[in-house]
Amino acid sequence: MVKSQNIFAKIGTYAVLFIAAAVSVYPITRIITISLRPGDQLLSTSLALIPDNFTFDNYVVLLTETGFLRWMVNSLLVSLVVTVTGVALASTSGYALSRYKFAGKGSLLQGLLVTQMFPATMLLLPLYVMLIKLHLLDSYLGIIIIYTATALPFCVWQMKGYYDTIPPTLEEAARIDGASHWQAFTKVILPLAAPALVITALFSFMTAWNEYVVANVVLQDTSMFTLPLGLKMFQGSMTTQWGLYAAGSLLVSIPVVALFLILSRYLISGLTLGAVKG
Amino acid sequence: MVTSKNEKAALRIFIALLIGPMVVLVLAVVAYPFFFNVILSLSNMNLFHIRDWEVIGFEQYLAVFAEPRFWEILLKTLIWTLTNVVFHVVIGVMLAVLLNQLFVVGKPAWRVLLILPWALPQYITALTWRGMFNYEYGAINLVLTKYMNLPAVEWLTSPFEAFLAAILTNIWLGFPFMMVIALGGLQSIPAELYEAADADGASAWHKFRHITLPLLRPVMLPAITLGVVWTFNNINVMWLVSNGGEPNDQTHILVSFVYEAAFSAYRFGWAAALSMVIFAILFLFTAVFLNRTKATEAAY
Repeated sequence: MVKSQNIFAKIGTYAVLFIAAAVSVYPITRIITISLRPGDQLLSTSLALIPDNFTFDNYVVLLTETGFLRWMVNSLLVSLVVTVTGVALASTSGYALSRYKFAGKGSLLQGLLVTQMFPATMLLLPLYVMLIKLHLLDSYLGIIIIYTATALPFCVWQMKGYYDTIPPTLEEAARIDGASHWQAFTKVILPLAAPALVITALFSFMTAWNEYVVANVVLQDTSMFTLPLGLKMFQGSMTTQWGLYAAGSLLVSIPVVALFLILSRYLISGLTLGAVKG
Repeated sequence: MVTSKNEKAALRIFIALLIGPMVVLVLAVVAYPFFFNVILSLSNMNLFHIRDWEVIGFEQYLAVFAEPRFWEILLKTLIWTLTNVVFHVVIGVMLAVLLNQLFVVGKPAWRVLLILPWALPQYITALTWRGMFNYEYGAINLVLTKYMNLPAVEWLTSPFEAFLAAILTNIWLGFPFMMVIALGGLQSIPAELYEAADADGASAWHKFRHITLPLLRPVMLPAITLGVVWTFNNINVMWLVSNGGEPNDQTHILVSFVYEAAFSAYRFGWAAALSMVIFAILFLFTAVFLNRTKATEAAY
């Protein structure tokens, strides 16, 4: 082994990592910068991180004079329902798919994969036509159902994959001690699957929290808007309210980005073992 | 032995209870609309026939294939998918291999920084990059003109550049997924293999080529399959970066094209037929690709 080669390899590694990290972070610093600009500087060609005379005006206006808080409540409501439904259904059905053999299991698993190939309009268009007929446009029921169905296949695979890594001897021991199937599942296995449950919850939540295209078709009344629709409204076709848009984006992103980063350790073990096998 | 029969029945009920609700929901909200979509694709439903529509056969499919823009946008979609997935995998695997080296300090911190593009909501990424591509005030042109002395690029107003802008945006947000998958795969490669290779005096490239790549393959192939399907169908980035196909309805992939046909032009039957075509393309690709590579072998 030649020493100088090693040093070059190390410098090269850090250089590439540094460039990649800088590129990853840069767009986010732009959002921060623009959200802090005073009104007269929104169309500025400055690239400074902290603008001259920086101000929190955009945040104040956003929270007091726009529908932002309303949209946030709407988004929270939709996302929480989707998360609870998604976790409940994926954790139970994933368990059955991991532990038991039954007729149609293989085609069920494959069928779930096939749904991932549907283009957005495949379900949206029929549901839209049905919602028009039922006069159910502008209701959350339709959107919650679509989001749950979108998130579910991935989550079921993810849970199944994780259960596969837990040895079945654990339930057998519990069963010998007199536990029922249900007890063995909820008291022994479910707690062990906590990391996968967390990932499943995160994915379901993000599906609903971040969705624009479906909401854009189903929700038309501004007061019913979820956050993505509201934020897109600031980027109108005539003029863009960059300050409000940036401030809103930051407030929307901080909680999901924080959650995602905190949970990223689980992603590396939980995701590879689970979903990726699919 | 009397109990064993009851036990079996009880177990069957238990399984049905676990799996039933999921199956019912998926059947109701995925299977039913799917079949409805099949019927729509055989119908003449559009803005003028929204209530009095009828099944007319395969006309809409013929109309899809007869539409010159379909072939043009199919080609764009293939370029879009291939470019994105290749860059995602190459960048993702490269960063994972670099990050996995023993001497790298601060691994969790690097990982967090590199995962950021995945964590940011996709529509915010797309809208933010649209802002960064702005001709006069966008950061990209400012960096090009101020620091690199290059001419400003008309990112969002010319078709080729707008398409490129969408690809750049999507490459940015997609590589962390592949990196995370590759990191997981790298952790399961036993260190002894590398030690043995070192003892034989193998070069870094040899170790990568003959140990890392073959052992990453089974982990990456399913991820690549998912990546292709997701990228092919990624309407968010294309639609939001190009603000619905600007300029002049040129900047489309199939899925944004069909979204526009359905919800701006209200050509419901035609859009349903095109949806079926997109689905068929992806279904065939997945079947062939998975069969060729035996990627799901370990899954059942």
